[in-house]
Amino acid sequence: MRLACLSALIFVILAPPALAFEIEEHVVYPAENPQAELRIISTADRSAFEPILLGFQSENPGITIDYTITSTTELMKAVAEENARFDLAISSAMDLQTKLANDGFARVYRSDATAALPDWARWRNQLFAFTQEPAVLILSDADFANTPVPTTRSELIELLRETPEKFRGKIGTYDVRTSGFGYLMATQDARVSETFWRLLEAIGRLDTQLYCCSGDMIRDIRDGRLAIAYNVLGSYAAAELEKTGGFQIVELSDFSNVMLRTVLISTEAANSVEAGVMVDFLVTLERRPELVAASGLPALEAEALGDNAALRPIRLGPGLLVFLDRLKRQNFLRNWEASITQE
Amino acid sequence: MTEARITGSIRRRLFLQLVAIAALLSVSLFFVIRGLAETAAEATQDGILAASATSIADALRSDAGAITLDLPYSALSMLGAINQDRVFYRVVVDGATLTGYDDLPSPDDAPTISESSFLTFDYRGDEVRMVSVTRAVSTEGAPANVMISVAQTRTGLAVITRRITGIATAAGVGFFLVATALSLLAARSALRPIGQMTASVTRRGPGDLRPLEIDTPTELSPFVDALNNFISRLGASLQRSEDLIVEAAHRVRTPLATVRAKAEVTHRKLNKPEHKQAMREMIRAIDESSRSAGQLLDHAMVTFRSDNLAAEDVDLVEIVRETASRLEPTAGLKDVIIRTEVPNLTPPFKGDWLLIQSALQNMLDNAIKYSPDDSLIDVSLSLNGEIRLSCKDQGRGFGTTDVDTLKSRFARGTNVDDIVGSGLGLTIAEDVARAHGGLLEIKPNDKGEGACVSLVFPL
Repeated sequence: MRLACLSALIFVILAPPALAFEIEEHVVYPAENPQAELRIISTADRSAFEPILLGFQSENPGITIDYTITSTTELMKAVAEENARFDLAISSAMDLQTKLANDGFARVYRSDATAALPDWARWRNQLFAFTQEPAVLILSDADFANTPVPTTRSELIELLRETPEKFRGKIGTYDVRTSGFGYLMATQDARVSETFWRLLEAIGRLDTQLYCCSGDMIRDIRDGRLAIAYNVLGSYAAAELEKTGGFQIVELSDFSNVMLRTVLISTEAANSVEAGVMVDFLVTLERRPELVAASGLPALEAEALGDNAALRPIRLGPGLLVFLDRLKRQNFLRNWEASITQE
Repeated sequence: MTEARITGSIRRRLFLQLVAIAALLSVSLFFVIRGLAETAAEATQDGILAASATSIADALRSDAGAITLDLPYSALSMLGAINQDRVFYRVVVDGATLTGYDDLPSPDDAPTISESSFLTFDYRGDEVRMVSVTRAVSTEGAPANVMISVAQTRTGLAVITRRITGIATAAGVGFFLVATALSLLAARSALRPIGQMTASVTRRGPGDLRPLEIDTPTELSPFVDALNNFISRLGASLQRSEDLIVEAAHRVRTPLATVRAKAEVTHRKLNKPEHKQAMREMIRAIDESSRSAGQLLDHAMVTFRSDNLAAEDVDLVEIVRETASRLEPTAGLKDVIIRTEVPNLTPPFKGDWLLIQSALQNMLDNAIKYSPDDSLIDVSLSLNGEIRLSCKDQGRGFGTTDVDTLKSRFARGTNVDDIVGSGLGLTIAEDVARAHGGLLEIKPNDKGEGACVSLVFPL
């Protein structure tokens, strides 16, 4: 494994930025006796996904994996507009993934493993969910040592009203204009409850910091630059909390949207057979607890959703296309900007 | 007997025709079910698409002179509620796309305010169904004409169609199988009267020429009438033959008696032994002729009385005694002794006295005829689960003759050429036995030589 990482590093340096969309990182995991190459475009951080990819490769030693990390919107651009040739697209932006499938960029795939998925975890046999990750509130320990922890959005609003000065400039959330995942979470929040807009008003008054990624928010919480981060990806937060500590994770009890990370096989896939093997591997992730633990990506677990009524898994389907509508998006962003910037 | 020329089976033809009809109906059923269900499924999809388009239309607003749309979440999510089809939409304001898929084509015939337009075409690799509605939205200037199109692929519809086709196939096949089974029953039941009629004709005794009296369906009644007509003509014809025989026998018997009387007188007057011998042979021949005539009469009587059998109490013991004593003189001529053996109690028996007597007389007559001089004839009446009236002689028996053939009219044994006989005696006995529900049994005497002929009646 160390050797694989080493060679991967070499490729990171050598990989040429050949495509127009923005690549965050490009890693190649060469097989010892390469028989096929699986090209994956993904939004999952390398730290989270590398254990899964290496686990896959140890079971399928003949497959070289070419792993490209990009943002959710760039992934959409790469697949839908630039026809970049990838076998698999893995993203946390369910709406964009749904749009890719709806607009005909996904291939139908059926296997025993996908048939075993619950209905809410697949769409058209083109889109398959393999993780369930709630969006959470994280609070720095330093700022909440003597402060009661808010458990609902209303309590959070109340807290911000009572002690605005304490939190001015120390609240972070996604910039939904640039982050697909942030936009998905914000639109789902808005769909579920009007409280979301009141919350936006409240944090907008306090000079909120806007972020592209969960990782940056977690980093700033840990470093004491932020006291509150809203709508952070729970899986990354949990992984980071285990490593460093310094903050706490709150699953809001009025409702917490649960994002399903999905994978689809591109219609442009050159190695659809290997792509299918990878899909099967991913949707049966819960059978490999050591990989789940190493990656920090929670596998699908229908029972967990049933036990906690506040957890709202986002439904795959054409409903997700609504907020991608041009006018709808314009309207939403206008309202969002108005609330956040208080202009 | 000539075999009927068989040219096919009514039942098979009926069955095949019914099956053909059932097959036709099954196929029709299949297409009707599928057609209706597909229409219903299509109507459902059209309805949902129209509802979606209408909800989008209702969300149109004019804002500062421009038309804007806050796409309702339900407009697209409702399409995902029943299946997982791909969804496309487009909103066009005065020819320019406001939002949605720019390349979604406009319908050929534009929708009106009151009428939506529906179109099926290929789009982005799949067949889609599109519904378009139109709305006039007032802006600050003139009202703008807005057309909303919502399209959905038809994969879900295809799944439903496949399932319905499966159901329709099962219904068609099921209907066909049930109809086939019922056709089989129907064909069988329709032809049951023919079978019943055949059975009732077959069951009849050889002499039964009564008209058929059975329940007859309308279609068969001409046939039954014709058959009855034929039977009555046959009966009349047979009757005429019997009458002729009886008449002939009568006419012959009286002159024979006269000739015999004359011959006896002449015999007594003759002196020369060879002349006497010739005359004796003549008398014997006359006797045989007169006996044959008598038997013909008996036979006619048996035939007649069997058809309308009397059911009076018959004392069989009395018949045995009387018949034996009546034939004793004849037996005496050959020094043959008739021994009778009867039970103390006469068995209950219903039948025709004259017929039983006639049968026994013929049996005894035969026995005397074939008995050697100085021999015994045993006549016995026994009860042993059945009534058995037997006549045993010590004559020559039947030799190699098949005994069953002896029962037919004018049939005689192969070893009796030297004895005059008509061959009617056993036929008469047989007819009487049958008329009383019994049978005639012919076998060799179990006590030495000779024959044993029995009338056997069930108790």
